[in-house]
Amino acid sequence: MRQPKIIVVGGGLAGLMATIRVAEAGVPVDLFSIVPVKRSHSVCAQGGINAAKNQKGEGDTTWKHFDDTIYGGDFLANQPLVKRMCEAAPGIIDLLDRMGVMFNRTSEGLLDYRRFGGTLYHRTAFAGATTGQQLLYALDEQVRRHEAEDRVKKYEGQTFLSAVIDESGVCRGICAMDLRSMEVKTYPADAVIFCTGGIGAIFGRSTNSVVCTGSAQSALFQQGVDYANGEFIQVHPTAIPGEDKLRLMSESARGEGGRVWVPKNPADTRPARSVPEGERFYFLEEWYPKYGNLVPRDIATRAIHRIVYQEKLGIQGQAAVYLDVTHIPREALDRKLEGILEIYEKFLGIDPREEPMKVFPAMHYTMGGIWVNAEDQATNVPGIFAAGECEYQYHGANRLGANSLVSCIFGGGLAGPAAVKYARSLEKGAESISSGVYDNERKRQEDKNQALISPDGTENPMTIWRELGEVMTEHVTVTRINKDLQAADAKIRELLERYGRINLSDRTRWSNQTLNFARELGNMLVLARVVTLGALQRNESRGAHYKPDFPERDDANWLKTTRAKWVSGEISLSYEPVDISQIPPRARRYDAAK
Amino acid sequence: MPDVKEVIVRVKRQVSPKGTPYWEEFALPWRPAMNVIICLRDIAENPVTREGKKTTPISYDSNCLEEVCGSCAMLINGKARMACSALVDKLEKPILLEPFSKFPVVRDLAVDRQFMFESLKRVKGWIPIDGTYDLGEGPRMAPETQEKAYPLARCISCGSCLEVCPQVNDNNKFIGAAIISQVRLFNMHPTGAMHAKERIAALMEPGGIQDCANAQNCVKACPKDIPLTESLAEMNRQAWKQALVGWLIG
Repeated sequence: MRQPKIIVVGGGLAGLMATIRVAEAGVPVDLFSIVPVKRSHSVCAQGGINAAKNQKGEGDTTWKHFDDTIYGGDFLANQPLVKRMCEAAPGIIDLLDRMGVMFNRTSEGLLDYRRFGGTLYHRTAFAGATTGQQLLYALDEQVRRHEAEDRVKKYEGQTFLSAVIDESGVCRGICAMDLRSMEVKTYPADAVIFCTGGIGAIFGRSTNSVVCTGSAQSALFQQGVDYANGEFIQVHPTAIPGEDKLRLMSESARGEGGRVWVPKNPADTRPARSVPEGERFYFLEEWYPKYGNLVPRDIATRAIHRIVYQEKLGIQGQAAVYLDVTHIPREALDRKLEGILEIYEKFLGIDPREEPMKVFPAMHYTMGGIWVNAEDQATNVPGIFAAGECEYQYHGANRLGANSLVSCIFGGGLAGPAAVKYARSLEKGAESISSGVYDNERKRQEDKNQALISPDGTENPMTIWRELGEVMTEHVTVTRINKDLQAADAKIRELLERYGRINLSDRTRWSNQTLNFARELGNMLVLARVVTLGALQRNESRGAHYKPDFPERDDANWLKTTRAKWVSGEISLSYEPVDISQIPPRARRYDAAK
Repeated sequence: MPDVKEVIVRVKRQVSPKGTPYWEEFALPWRPAMNVIICLRDIAENPVTREGKKTTPISYDSNCLEEVCGSCAMLINGKARMACSALVDKLEKPILLEPFSKFPVVRDLAVDRQFMFESLKRVKGWIPIDGTYDLGEGPRMAPETQEKAYPLARCISCGSCLEVCPQVNDNNKFIGAAIISQVRLFNMHPTGAMHAKERIAALMEPGGIQDCANAQNCVKACPKDIPLTESLAEMNRQAWKQALVGWLIG
């Protein structure tokens, strides 16, 4: 039998899990990543991973996890795969535990679970407050073992440029650039799994890492891979503002009892701890008595915006509210939240065990993404699969906290065997494709580099990026107004036009980070339009997508998946029904039990 | 510019692995809450030296910007540290930026730390599970064990401990404290412990634990406060024990 070859692009949780599963099936894998995979963005996940293990005797079930996820996502997610994910979650925790993840333990030596947003159960397993890091390391170690035993070959320091697609529209490999030699090369494969994460960089500053640009998704989109629900962007309620990055302050702070408040008098200049209890406004607890500080992220984020912008109650007039853990015993804080409290302490020089933290919402997660089918993570282009944050399948209109890690591992675990099955079913493998197909794609990408590097432009890519981030953050995050969205799209089109006149301050051919960034920027601009146009079209409010002019969810017209297609160089939006076969949609409210 | 405070940054640059290092100086407008990454981004947006000479943006590694990915380690005023958490207001000026000296320079401040990942392979740094199919729960573990192991598991492979170690030099390829501490972590896990011997054997090869000269610089440089000297002592004990048993059995 012909031995197929699989490529995985992206070495975060989803990519590593897909790699392990392909290697286990005995099929060789080439794993491509911009950074050494151990430095992938998954390390930034803090709070934990959900699984209805019912380890606290609360009567939790996988169905309740499923229901919370669908309800939290405001019924936009296709239900069958979400159900399968929630059913698989307890087994995923067991697997991670066997891989050696240092989860926190109970006195009986079992895994400990804490509460998270959008649920009333203790369902979140955690390793301190650096759970994503610990999970990524466990999978990284397993991949290293496969690498040592020659089943996996890593291509770290390589950036994906494009898919190689043959005359019949089938993917036959990828074209990538070495970030040191800047050499552009093609790599044949029978199937390619994309696990390229979120798109935070499109918003300038976010909680995402530097590599989370969405460039790969956008490149694929421009090659005919559909993109779904692009307008659904999660803004996390609690982050530390910063000029280079908005650093996440995990929901686990509230899961462990942290409280959000502002002084009732915004002119109050006393230090937070001197403000008496009666003069504090715990607005989440007051507005949402049932879930309190643990309402889902879209709800908490809008509440904070309301406090700051409508009620004018931001701390001393600033865009900030308190996230307070000072009432929690120091020993518990150090055991369960040290990783995040340390970030606050290091970057602000203030000990959050003593002083309430000042936080504000920040772009955090990409619910939308590459369109995949409802069975096995396949996209609409044969041979291309996607898993993890870069695809759209699991979180609907709003992701619940601690569901991302489980969706990455579940999706990656599904994509691996699916790609193997597909590759084995092919009559003709990549080896039978004429070299001209590969040569043409390489040439096309080399020409793009040449156009960028030729010295006739005036526009600085960093400046274009900053302007893109500003307009996206202002108009395409928490509150969306149609005329502003139109203005935002006009601005992005202007930036695209200026992008055509780019001037690179570095034209060397060795480790040229400027050239790589310019390539990513071009893709970011296109994907920014997909997000903006999706938001403009959707005249309703659902989950993270909020339009004050259309404040209600409108199931009659908008219980639909947005599906963006690239049609002769333009973005075209179409809509398809959502699979609601398991749980009929009902009103979503968090001020009472659902 | 009288009313704009300036931050002077001097960067040791190198165009390629074989290039000759040279220094460039930049004057950047000061802003509140600046860190070294923001300085490097400011230079990228306007790559002009203090003398007004056009130059190229500076190459450096970065990713998470919250000190958990390990990318942006460099020498800042001569000290091994992460650029993202190096706050400008707390640094002596002018700020001196240099690449790590114990790793090959790729370009400017970017270095190649592949040695660390290869070392993790050498010591079999993983829990050898039978497969990813469902085999039920993992072994139970006392909270006390987890609390000891978790801090070791937070190593971000930044390379600071190798950079400051006198035993890592051109004549000696010492594996370094980070890797030795990782072996301790895997040997602490109930399943990992079943294969402790082969990891310890790997640590006793050339460049292994015997090369530690107990300078104790590593523990001071670790940005994650990992008890590295404790790990070195513990692994030294395990290695001696294994050597002794091997010698006795003959």
